[in-house]
Amino acid sequence: MSTSTLSRPRTGTRITPRGSLALRLGDRYSVLVRPRTLIVALLLVVVAAAALVVSVSVGDYEIPLAAVPAAIAGYGERLDVFFVQGVRLPRALTALGVGAALGLAGAVFQSLSRNALGSPDIIGFTSGAATGAVAIILLVGGGRLVVSMGAIAGGLITAVVVYLLAMKNGVQGYRLVLVGIGVSAMLGAVRDYLLTRAELTDAMGAQIWMIGSLNGRGWGEVIAVWLSLALLGPILLTLGSRLRFMELGDDTARALGVSTQATQVAALTAASALTGAAIAVSGPIGFVALAAPQLARRLTRTGGTTFVGAALMGAALLVVADLVALRALAPTQLPAGVVTAVIGGGYLIWLLYTEGRRGRA
Amino acid sequence: MTVHHIDRLSGQDLTLAYDQRVISEDLAVTIPDHSFTVIVGPNACGKSTLLRALSRTLKPAKGRVLLDGRVIGSYAAKEVARRLGLLPQTSIAPEGIGVADLVARGRFPHQGFLRQWSKDDERVVAEAMEATGVADLADRSVDELSGGQRQRVWLAMVLAQQTPLLLLDEPTTYLDIAHQMDMLDLCAQLHDERGHTLVAVLHDLNHACRYATHLIVMKEGEIVAEGEPAEVVTVELVEHVFGLPVRVIPDPETHTPMIVPVDRRRQVR
Repeated sequence: MSTSTLSRPRTGTRITPRGSLALRLGDRYSVLVRPRTLIVALLLVVVAAAALVVSVSVGDYEIPLAAVPAAIAGYGERLDVFFVQGVRLPRALTALGVGAALGLAGAVFQSLSRNALGSPDIIGFTSGAATGAVAIILLVGGGRLVVSMGAIAGGLITAVVVYLLAMKNGVQGYRLVLVGIGVSAMLGAVRDYLLTRAELTDAMGAQIWMIGSLNGRGWGEVIAVWLSLALLGPILLTLGSRLRFMELGDDTARALGVSTQATQVAALTAASALTGAAIAVSGPIGFVALAAPQLARRLTRTGGTTFVGAALMGAALLVVADLVALRALAPTQLPAGVVTAVIGGGYLIWLLYTEGRRGRA
Repeated sequence: MTVHHIDRLSGQDLTLAYDQRVISEDLAVTIPDHSFTVIVGPNACGKSTLLRALSRTLKPAKGRVLLDGRVIGSYAAKEVARRLGLLPQTSIAPEGIGVADLVARGRFPHQGFLRQWSKDDERVVAEAMEATGVADLADRSVDELSGGQRQRVWLAMVLAQQTPLLLLDEPTTYLDIAHQMDMLDLCAQLHDERGHTLVAVLHDLNHACRYATHLIVMKEGEIVAEGEPAEVVTVELVEHVFGLPVRVIPDPETHTPMIVPVDRRRQVR
């Protein structure tokens, strides 16, 4: 290569990151867009919207697809409007919001830990939230709001403990995953112990909460989860551009002018809060946070994490999973967490299998 | 010429430590402008730690690093990254990232929210890839590349930063001898033809003597000698620093000092 002097580029050499287009306005303004990412995003939006419409229309009380828009808007037959506005629409919107929140937060955790397993399910956050909620249900009792508070508190305390234990010259991905697995196991033991000491009905209530479900979620939950998304989403997406640099290694990111520590702390805090909000609304729905970021990145073929893609993928995944949960064994309604666990478990096996093979290659 | 010249990058009273483990104390170092400075020394002597402090990736426990007359920590992070580039010992290529995408990441310190990919960016990235000989790989994935190609891609990313100061932490590790020489020739060209100031940590003393215009020799966290290789490198110094009996002869190619270890097996006999 370097036998001659440093060569000037051939005239007309144009280089743009693979698959990207630069849109420019004069010399000052330029934006980079990836058509493939846009198309995937659009498809996910279409899938999510279609699943939303279908899940609003089907059920024991069938509403023709054609009547759905009118019912959503509040016109149409009274019973249609009641089922759509009062029951099915808020449930589907909650599914969208929780899915998006879990997908986005999962992408942030995975990016920070540089590990596909670094999602809140694995690193103990979800387990902590579940333990907090179970403790409230069994020891204090109380409505959904109090249980939600317990879940958020449990999740945040666990997150802080795991980070502190995993911290050594910054958070290392593998340490975070391993410490998280250990803490999860211990919390699981605490939960099991609490359940053995509880009244049967309480224990059943706690058990159902722990699977994660969207049954009976109303407008209060819709507002809670979408408000969290509106607040924390933009923060995380802004941090996302820096997180993509931190995926190159801390030293490289710092050398490129990224304040790694500030970014790390801000992103962990915001992502923990967003996960907490999602779990508080639906219970710990598993595997969305784990699978959505990886699926999105494989579809968009971005090198590194795609945060918008992960959020859209999470939303689409959960709303589809909830539709399956509603209709698979109708009239029995499954909790959405059962469906995501089945899908996610299969996904996890596939991931470990392929990563393992690559590791050996 | 009465104006007092101050070099762009220097460190004063540096105490460098990881948590409680102190690596260096009261270290003073100056990188001569437009030099190709090479830092050598035994394993764990604090070479890379010094480089990390000079590049702001490690905050000194005491003392200060000065860049263009100001404490390096007082600059905005992106401002430092426009003046000083670093090729760290280990970097991670995200799975599936393309070569041009990775090199383009080097433009980050020059970019903003509404300035994501200017014509300048395009030109500079193309130049950096030409200079390092990876232009033909632009559309490949970094995963598919060999170690030597990968190292050149990382160097291209650092070049795309367009910094007058370049810090390289063991740029030749994991490379076979031909690729080692390629990498060092490239560094020398950046120094000779573009007037960049280079600071590299190298393991191989003979490479250091061949390419350095300024040599810094470290032992146990201290700088024990510095200057032109021909003046600095002696039998006594190498024995003192590495504890290895050697002969120093002129390199038949470049006439710079060449270190040949004494055959201890024969002496024992």
